[in-house]
Amino acid sequence: MSLSAHLPALQVVLPLLSAPLAVLLRHGGFACAVVTAGAWAAFAAAVGLWLQAGEVGVVSYHIGSWAPPWGIEYRVDRLASFVLLLVSGTAAIVLPYSRASIEREIPREQHYLYYAMFGLCLAGLLGITITGDAFNIFVFLEISSLSTYVLIALGRDRRALAAAYRYLIMGTIGATFIVIGIGFLYLMTGTLNLADMAERLRDVESSRAVLAALAFLTVGISLKLALFPLHQWLPNAYTHAPSAVTAFLAATATKVSVYVLIRFWYSVFGESLVYVELPLPRIMLLLSLAAMFAASFTAIFQDNLKRLFAYSSVGQIGYITLGLSFDSIDGLTASIVHLFNHGVTKAALFLLIGGMVIGLAKSGTVPPAPTFDRLAGLAKRMPLTCFGIVIAGLSLIGVPGTAGFVSKWYLIVAALEKEQFWLVGAILLSSLLAVAYVWRFVEVAYFKPAAEGTTRREAPLGLLIPAWLLVIATIWFGLDTSFTVGTAAEAAQQLVRVGK
Amino acid sequence: MRNDLVLRVVGKLLIPFILLFAIYVQFHGDFGPGGGFQAGVIFAAGIVFYALIFGLENARKVVPDALVEAMLAAGVLLYAGVGVAGLLLGGNFLDYFVLDADPIHGQHRGIFWVEAGVAVTVCGVMLKIFYMFAARGDGATGLGE
Amino acid sequence: MELLAHFSHVVAVFLMVAGLYVVMARGNLIKKLVGLSVFQTSVYLLYIAPGKLIGGTAPILAPQYGLYSNPLPHVLILTAIVVGVATLALGLALAVRIREAYGSIEEDEIIAADNAAEEARP
Repeated sequence: MSLSAHLPALQVVLPLLSAPLAVLLRHGGFACAVVTAGAWAAFAAAVGLWLQAGEVGVVSYHIGSWAPPWGIEYRVDRLASFVLLLVSGTAAIVLPYSRASIEREIPREQHYLYYAMFGLCLAGLLGITITGDAFNIFVFLEISSLSTYVLIALGRDRRALAAAYRYLIMGTIGATFIVIGIGFLYLMTGTLNLADMAERLRDVESSRAVLAALAFLTVGISLKLALFPLHQWLPNAYTHAPSAVTAFLAATATKVSVYVLIRFWYSVFGESLVYVELPLPRIMLLLSLAAMFAASFTAIFQDNLKRLFAYSSVGQIGYITLGLSFDSIDGLTASIVHLFNHGVTKAALFLLIGGMVIGLAKSGTVPPAPTFDRLAGLAKRMPLTCFGIVIAGLSLIGVPGTAGFVSKWYLIVAALEKEQFWLVGAILLSSLLAVAYVWRFVEVAYFKPAAEGTTRREAPLGLLIPAWLLVIATIWFGLDTSFTVGTAAEAAQQLVRVGK
Repeated sequence: MRNDLVLRVVGKLLIPFILLFAIYVQFHGDFGPGGGFQAGVIFAAGIVFYALIFGLENARKVVPDALVEAMLAAGVLLYAGVGVAGLLLGGNFLDYFVLDADPIHGQHRGIFWVEAGVAVTVCGVMLKIFYMFAARGDGATGLGE
Repeated sequence: MELLAHFSHVVAVFLMVAGLYVVMARGNLIKKLVGLSVFQTSVYLLYIAPGKLIGGTAPILAPQYGLYSNPLPHVLILTAIVVGVATLALGLALAVRIREAYGSIEEDEIIAADNAAEEARP
C-alpha cells in the first residue's frame, strides 16, 4: 500500500476520525492534541495533493473501488488543491491558537466538544472541496454547517445563541436550495457525478429545468457565501462567536462556498449556460458592486471592531464575485487569488483581535467585546498586536507589498482587459472606504491618549505567534506571488479549458 | 406515569420485544427493509419508553450518560474503521471487496460492520437528544413546566 | 389535466412555498422551525416521486421481474432526512437555550432585548 495513492481519502478521513476520538477521550488537552494532529496531517496531505495535481493535472480517487459515475469519486484539480491548502493550513494554525484562547471563552467541561466540532467542521469543508459527487457536496456542506452553528453558539454572550439560530435558519434554506438544484440536475441527467453531469448536460442544454437548477444552485450557494444582500447572518455570527472560531470561519467557510459556486458554474454548467442563457454575470456584477460599497460603508459606522471587520468581509466577498462576473480567465484568476489572500488576511486579523481582547481582560475573566471605547491608546499597551492589525488592514485596503494588493491588481487588469474603465474607478473608490474603516482603528489605537499609567502588556505569546505567522504570510504573498498567482492562473486555465 | 400499574406491567412485557425487534431489523437489513438507522432508532425507542415509565433517573442507571456519549463516537469510529481496514488490506477507502478472499463475501462482511456502526451511533444520538431535552424540564433552570 | 399529470410536483411546490412563507412570516422561533421542516420535506417529495415507476418492484434481481424502481433517490433522501432531523434537533436546542437566556422565543422581543442592552451600555 503506498500512502501517496490514498491521499485524497486520508485528506478527509483523518480530521473526520479525530472528532469521535476527541469525544471518546473526554479531556480538553487530549482532544486538542488529537484534533490538532488530524489538522496537521490534513495539511500534509493537502501539500502532497497539491504536488500531485501539479504533475498529473487531475487526481481521481474511487471510494470503495466503485468506478465513477456509479461510485463516489474524489477529484482534485488545481483549484481544489489550492482551496484544500487554504482550509487545512488555516485549521493547522488556528487549532494551536485555540488552546490558549478558548480557555478564557468556553467553560472547561465543554472543551473536548469544541475540538470535536472543530474536527467535524474541518472534515466537512475539506470534503466539500475534494468530492466530485453532487449529493456528497450537500452532505459535507451540512456536516460543516451543523458543526459551525454549534461552534458559534459556544460564544459567551447570549447574542451568540440568537446569531447561531439565525445562521441555522438561513444556512438551512441555502442548503435546501442547493439540494433542489441538485435534484433538478439529477432528474435531467440521471447522474450525480459532476464530470459525468457536465458531459450529459450538453445534450439537454437550455431546457427550463436546467436553468431552474442553475438558478436554485446560484441563490443557495450565494446565501452560504454571504453575497450581498444575503449576508444578514454573517455580521452577528462573526461578532459573537469565540475568536478562534471567527478566524477559522472567516478564512474558510465563505471561501469554500465560493469554490462550490465556481465548481458548478465552470465545471458543470459551462460558460454558455451561465454567461449566455441567463443574465447571471450582470446580476453578479451589480450585487458585487453593492457589496463592495454598501457593506464597506456600513463597516465604517460600527462600534465593535469584530463587527466592523465582519462587514468588511461581506465587502471583500464582493471583490471575489466581481472577478467571477467578468467571464474571462483573468477575472477568474483574480477571484481565486483574492479568495486565498483574503482568507489569510482575515484569519490574521481575527486572531489578533482575539488576542487583543484576552490581553484587555484581567486574568481569569471573560474577555470583553472589542468596542472602540476600550481601545483608546492601545498601541502603547500592545504595540505588536496593533501593528499586526494595521498590516492586515493595509492588506484589506490593497496597499502594495501586501497580499491584498496582488489580488486587487489582477482584478483591475481583468477590468481593463474588458475595457470597463469605470469599474477600475469603482474598485479604487471602494478601497477608499476600506481606508476609512481601517483608519478608525488607527486613530483610536494610536492617536487617542491612553489611560494614566498604562504599561506594555501584550496578548499572551501562545496567541501572538500563530497570529503573526499569518501576518507574515500576508506580507509574503504580497511580495512573492509565484505560488498564489501561479496556482490560480493554472486553475483558471484548467477550469475554462474543461468547461469549453 | 410512575405509579400507573397497567403501564408498568405492559412496559416490562413489551420492552424486551422492542429491543429484540431492533436486533431483528438490524440483521434482516440484508434481505428486506431494515438496517442500522431503523434498528438504532427502535432500540433507542425501547429505552426512551423505559425512561417515560420508570423515570429518567432509572433510565440513566441502565444506560449512563458516559455510555451514550461513547456510543456516539464508537459507531462513527467503527464505520471509519471498516474504511481504514479496506485501505490496510490493499484496496481503496471503504473497499469491501478486499475484506474477504471471496469479494462477494467481503461485501457482506463490510456492510455488516458498517451497519453495526450506524446502529450504535444512531441509537446514541437518539438517546443523547432525549436525555438532553428531558433533563431541561427538571426545574434546574427555573423554567420547568 | 396538465395539472393532474404533474400532481406530485404541484404538491411539492405548494409545500415548498408554504414552508418558506412560514419561516419568513412568523416571529416565533419554534414556528419558524416547523416551517423549515415543511420546506425541507417538500424536497424529499421532489426526489422520491420521480424515482417510483408504477408497477416497478424493488431493485432485487429476479428472473420474473423486469421493471424496477430507481432506488437511488430513496438512499439520497434517507441521508437528507437524517440531516433534516439533526438540523431540527439543533434548532430546537438553540430555541431552548434562547428561552433560558432571553425569557422569550419571539424574535421581535429578542431583538428589543438586545437593543435595550446595547443602549444601557455606557
